[in-house]
Amino acid sequence: MLKVNNLHAGVEGNEILNGINLEINPGEVHAIMGPNGSGKSTLASVIAGKEEFEITEGGIEFDGEDLEETSPEERAHKGIFLSFQYPVEIPGVSVTNFMKTAINESRKARGLEDMPANQMLKLIREKSELLEIDRKFLSRSLNEGFSGGEKKRNEIFQMAMLEPKLAILDETDSGLDIDALRIVANGVNKLRSKDNAILVITHYQRLLEYIVPDFVHVLHEGKIVKSGTKELALELEEKGYDWIKNESVV
Amino acid sequence: MAYTEEELKKELETKEYEYGFYTDIESDTFPKGLNEEIVIAISKKKEEPEWMTSWRLEAFRAWKEMIEPEWANIHYKKPDFQDISYYSAPNKKPKYDSLDEVDPELLDTFKRLGISLDEQKKLAGVAVDIVMDSVSVATTFKKTLAEKGIIFCSISEAIKEHPELVKKHLGTVVPQKDNFYAALNSAVFSDGSFCYIPKGVRCPMELSTYFRINQAGTGQFERTLVVADEGSYVSYLEGCTAPSRDENQLHAAVVELIALDNAEIKYSTVQNWFPGDKEGKGGVYNFVTKRGLCEKNAKISWTQVETGSAITWKYPSCVLKGDNSIGEFYSIAVTNNFQQADTGTKMVHLGKNTKSTIISKGISAGKSQNSYRGLVQVNSRAKNARNFSQCDSLLMGNDCGAHTFPYIEVKNKTAQIEHEATTSKIGEDQIFYCNQRGIETEKAIALIVNGFSKEVLNKLPMEFAVEAQKLLEISLEGSVG
Repeated sequence: MLKVNNLHAGVEGNEILNGINLEINPGEVHAIMGPNGSGKSTLASVIAGKEEFEITEGGIEFDGEDLEETSPEERAHKGIFLSFQYPVEIPGVSVTNFMKTAINESRKARGLEDMPANQMLKLIREKSELLEIDRKFLSRSLNEGFSGGEKKRNEIFQMAMLEPKLAILDETDSGLDIDALRIVANGVNKLRSKDNAILVITHYQRLLEYIVPDFVHVLHEGKIVKSGTKELALELEEKGYDWIKNESVV
Repeated sequence: MAYTEEELKKELETKEYEYGFYTDIESDTFPKGLNEEIVIAISKKKEEPEWMTSWRLEAFRAWKEMIEPEWANIHYKKPDFQDISYYSAPNKKPKYDSLDEVDPELLDTFKRLGISLDEQKKLAGVAVDIVMDSVSVATTFKKTLAEKGIIFCSISEAIKEHPELVKKHLGTVVPQKDNFYAALNSAVFSDGSFCYIPKGVRCPMELSTYFRINQAGTGQFERTLVVADEGSYVSYLEGCTAPSRDENQLHAAVVELIALDNAEIKYSTVQNWFPGDKEGKGGVYNFVTKRGLCEKNAKISWTQVETGSAITWKYPSCVLKGDNSIGEFYSIAVTNNFQQADTGTKMVHLGKNTKSTIISKGISAGKSQNSYRGLVQVNSRAKNARNFSQCDSLLMGNDCGAHTFPYIEVKNKTAQIEHEATTSKIGEDQIFYCNQRGIETEKAIALIVNGFSKEVLNKLPMEFAVEAQKLLEISLEGSVG
């Protein structure tokens, strides 16, 4: 589904990613771990198509198509979803209105009519129950005055609404207390299927207890320095990132 | 001495001679320039009574002595007032025979605003069949109003049919000498609307100039007078979201609202005059004086969505004369390309326990300049006056400007005044967030702008609000590269 080939990318001449190779197939859950500044969030942004990053070498393929010329919204229409580490506020735009716009824009791109209101309502009801979201929450301005937990839960709610093929969860666990973490992780698990894939980006192993990955990759200085199964995450937790740092120096 | 018909006729003839207009008066457009003769001729052309003619002349004489104001934060080449023709008969002949002849860009905008084919024809000046829906609508409309004793007609008609009402109220809120443009308007106003709601009557529908079909083009000097008698209510809609491609560059309208004891007037405007092209050429200069007077327990709300005009100079105000009266101002002003807007409000608190609310949302894009200018004045007798002002500015790009000039004058210690102001910029992060959810940039901007303007959009009557939202979207198109 997703193929990252020798990806080099950076911002204003500063190279952040130094040749990343990653392949994700339908039904798989991959985790990317790494110390601060290793390029985890950059990788997420580059896959989503954020314009400030420039690809200097290599590339990204999604469903066999090269993404280089594809705008962020087109990538979204193809089924790439990014759960943001720091979701932005949009005052005056309710969660419902935002979701309605997003869904209908994606439908328009696929040549479909707007989703009928009753169908939209049904979908909202279904997905908000899945994430234990209070209805009142949906009428609030997007992310405005939301707590850290509310913001993250809202991201996963959007993921549930948009049903992406590939969901990238960028530090979804940061700022969550243990209860919120469980709700969010349960939500994600319920959305897993054999047709979609998830890329979890995290600093800590904690989230991976709830969202169990098939593969774990360790990112250091813009490169994947180690890959393995879920046990790698535990080992990493135990030994710390210094272990990787030292090893990669050797 | 008996004054025979013969003599009267003769005197009239001489008078006409005195004014020096024989041939010109018959023509549809007056020669350029402004003098007393032109003012008299306008009045005569409109078959006005003598008191109206002298009222206009008084205004003209005052105007001659006045200087064009320069304090606003706008820069433009001052119009040459002697190079303008001040009267042009409403053009009855359609400009085009079919829609095929109309500028396709204009039609495209109509389409996106969801304007029906018949309406498109009407707005673009295409000949329309008599069997148009709105004719029957207008007829039913007039009948319903008449049953309630509501008068809704052109101001010219009102001067003839209801002189006592016009005479009593015209110029009482915006006197002829109020300011340069108001004086000019008072001297030469072409036409406009008059509305009277009798005591205790709640107007059953939104009054819209749109339905006044017999008065299509009201011209560049519009005059509106709305009188809500004691305990009455009216909601009045002015303007149209469809782009108005007027050839007249200078517009100077005056609107006077009078809300007698316990009355309420809600006045909503959508202004979409031609803003000039992308290089800043052309466009309408819009100098408007709007003011309302509130008697005891009365309430006036101004809601405006300003997206058009090259220059906007406009401060819809409320004089809160009566005790417990309420004034409200809700405004969205959008400027793009080279547009300049200096707009805001004045809330003058005279009575006790008077309250006012100001919510202003300025959106600037391109190389435009958008200023909020407001005055909150609390008179020494206005005990317990309260005001809340909120002025928010939204910037798009790096070449535009947003300015706020709030003036507060308080002469009573019991007053409570609050002022909040914010300036924000549409961030790349916000746009990327929307993009990532599948929303393209133009749509994302529209979404963000609509959210920003929501508090004001909510104050508009439902149908108007939907149109206004689409209009905001279209006005800001192409503003982020």
